[in-house]
Amino acid sequence: MDFTVSMLLATFLLSIAALFVFIWSLSNGLFGDGTAAATEIFAPNELGRVEDPAATAAQKGGLQQAMAPGEEADHRMAAIDAEARARADQSTSLVVGVSLTLAVVWLVLASLAGLISSIKLHAPDWWVQYEWLTFGRIRPIHLNMVAYGWCSLAGVGVAIWLIPRLLKTELVGAKYALIGGALWSVGVFAGTVAIAMGYSDGLEWLEYPWQIDILLVIGGAMVGVPLWLTLLQRKVKHLYVSVWYIAAGLLWFPILFLIANWPDLHFGVQQATMNWWFGHNVLGLWFTPIGLAASYYFIPKVLGKPIHSYNLSLLGFWSLAFFYSQVGGHHLIGGPVPSWLVTISIVQSMMMVIPVFAVAVNQHMTVVGNFRALIYSPTLRFIVLGAMMYTAASVQGSLEALRAVNTVTHFTHYTVAHAHLGLYGFFSMVMFGSIYFIMPRVMNWEWPYPKLISLHFWLVLIGFAIYFIWLSIGGWLQGLAMLDEQTPFMQSVALTLPYLQARSIGGGLMTLGHLVFAGHFFAMGWKFGPSRLGAALLGAPVLGRISGQKAAA
Amino acid sequence: MSAGKSFWEMDELRIVTGSMVILSCATALLVVMPYMLLKAVPPPAALKPYDDEQLLGRQSYIANGCVYCHSQQPRDIRQAPDATRGWGRASVAGDYAYDTPHLLGTMRTGPDLMNIGARQPSKDWQLGHLYQPRAYTPGSIMPPYPYLFEVRQGAARPGETVVNLPPAFAKAGEVVVAKPQALALVAYLLSLDRTYPALAPLPAAGKDTP
Repeated sequence: MDFTVSMLLATFLLSIAALFVFIWSLSNGLFGDGTAAATEIFAPNELGRVEDPAATAAQKGGLQQAMAPGEEADHRMAAIDAEARARADQSTSLVVGVSLTLAVVWLVLASLAGLISSIKLHAPDWWVQYEWLTFGRIRPIHLNMVAYGWCSLAGVGVAIWLIPRLLKTELVGAKYALIGGALWSVGVFAGTVAIAMGYSDGLEWLEYPWQIDILLVIGGAMVGVPLWLTLLQRKVKHLYVSVWYIAAGLLWFPILFLIANWPDLHFGVQQATMNWWFGHNVLGLWFTPIGLAASYYFIPKVLGKPIHSYNLSLLGFWSLAFFYSQVGGHHLIGGPVPSWLVTISIVQSMMMVIPVFAVAVNQHMTVVGNFRALIYSPTLRFIVLGAMMYTAASVQGSLEALRAVNTVTHFTHYTVAHAHLGLYGFFSMVMFGSIYFIMPRVMNWEWPYPKLISLHFWLVLIGFAIYFIWLSIGGWLQGLAMLDEQTPFMQSVALTLPYLQARSIGGGLMTLGHLVFAGHFFAMGWKFGPSRLGAALLGAPVLGRISGQKAAA
Repeated sequence: MSAGKSFWEMDELRIVTGSMVILSCATALLVVMPYMLLKAVPPPAALKPYDDEQLLGRQSYIANGCVYCHSQQPRDIRQAPDATRGWGRASVAGDYAYDTPHLLGTMRTGPDLMNIGARQPSKDWQLGHLYQPRAYTPGSIMPPYPYLFEVRQGAARPGETVVNLPPAFAKAGEVVVAKPQALALVAYLLSLDRTYPALAPLPAAGKDTP
């Protein structure tokens, strides 16, 4: 009792102190110089110039018209700035190309594993003779391939590509990221095989055996090295908000993963609280920062106008870090854990509305009035939609943490739908948009079939809408049925079947979309399709067609 | 690095310090404090440690991912009718004294298994249910685990455990023999019994104890 009271009191005092530190730093201008920092991602005279390498010439014209009607081409960058940017882009091309290629391969495999898991839930006697294909193995294979294969490698690729652009200098130490990415990929492959063979650690999000986890800890730390080396060389005065998110994310992940997987340290119920400390932090302190860093860069960059409020974006950063890192306990509501712990996590889950609205307001105010740009920019279409789903997923998550709501949704498919809104609707969508922007710069080659970008977009959008809406309804009804003691348990199973089938249809469309995306990606990689060389590159191919494979370290 | 700024105004330093302080707070809250609190919780006297076969079965439970559909944490009757469904009283930390890795679970596609050994103590039922869940529970969406069994023409050899399927599912002239993994898994499931009272009886009837 005394412990509980002192715990809550200490938390309260800590929060008050944090609030004062925050107010103090605001009033002392520690949040940077606002506008100056917000325009740091643009070259002089570049404001007002749209950029979307994924757009066709016609789309680019439309985009420029949508943003600045009547104006033409008086926002040309100085030759020296254009050359510097081209050099910066080329310094990352090898490591980013490798990273994104691996990510796309994992995306396809992960989608297939997810689809198989989904079908198995309503066709339980399908494909049961092989151990590695049983639901209890293919499902964690899906989750881990998505989280550590697709999302992490796409995130790393995008983050590394952004670093030189944000710091206006060439990437230093690309080789560390290459080695780190290689170790990481070997780890994901080995971990997948381990789960398939039944060597799982048994904790959700932490299934890989600890011997394999070493690869991810070292690999994860190494991909962060170029960031710190490049920071030492930076030519910008202010660190743009994306740098804050990327730097913190790259620091957080290896530490989280190391503590969570330390062998023979955690036990029983303590391991359960640790499990959800990790499970939610891998989302909040790894994927979310990378996803937000990308959307904070690409939205203003494509539109050619600075982010609405730089200070608001930093408020969002710090409040996200503080509140998000403590929400894990809401996964154990009603479980055998101290109630003070659960209560703190619920409070912090509700406090998450602060960073979420900081991001939502900031990004909305940047796009508002320019929604027509979404018609023309493939990049923006994915990223703006992703950013909206970030808000939706976060608000939904806060509500799900409330005891009254959680009692219904916990232990049901509703949670699964929610998880996909975050990691798919938000993160994966932002990654798709980012990859569409980045790859033409990496390859010096445009996307060969622009129509496939639209096809990808509509397939995954419709597929995901079906997935999310039906599974959420099914999960909610499942939860209500389980709470009604008059309803036999089996009824809570039977009533979900149509919804589970709908989820398979939605998941099938998403998988199809991913195959289109991957096909287009590799067609570009092998330079198939109509020859449309990097003419779109900043007006003229500044460095010509230097293969640019060597990262200038 | 930008010139003209004091040490503490360097953004890099603020990112590193700030993010580490914040991560430490969260880790203290959700990892370290539960560690200190729960390290001292003694196992309930009525709870027996798993024997070797049960531990092997627990490994099989993990390997085959039972945890993705079955929780092991009944909630309090005031929150949910878990006890009414026969899943047992609300669990307490001590119940998990021998449970590493923890298998609390997050999903109830199937029922809670915290007390499955007490609720369904028949070894035959458990074996047959693993071989074909729909032979016992119509409408179940649990996968069968044929690879934990051996189906053979003719009779079983001495020492082998034959699965006694319901007549509608048994095929004439065919025996289904449980492999050691299946037997171990069932041994683990049958060991899941936390029906003892959550609180140890008080040493003496203390009058001032609430």
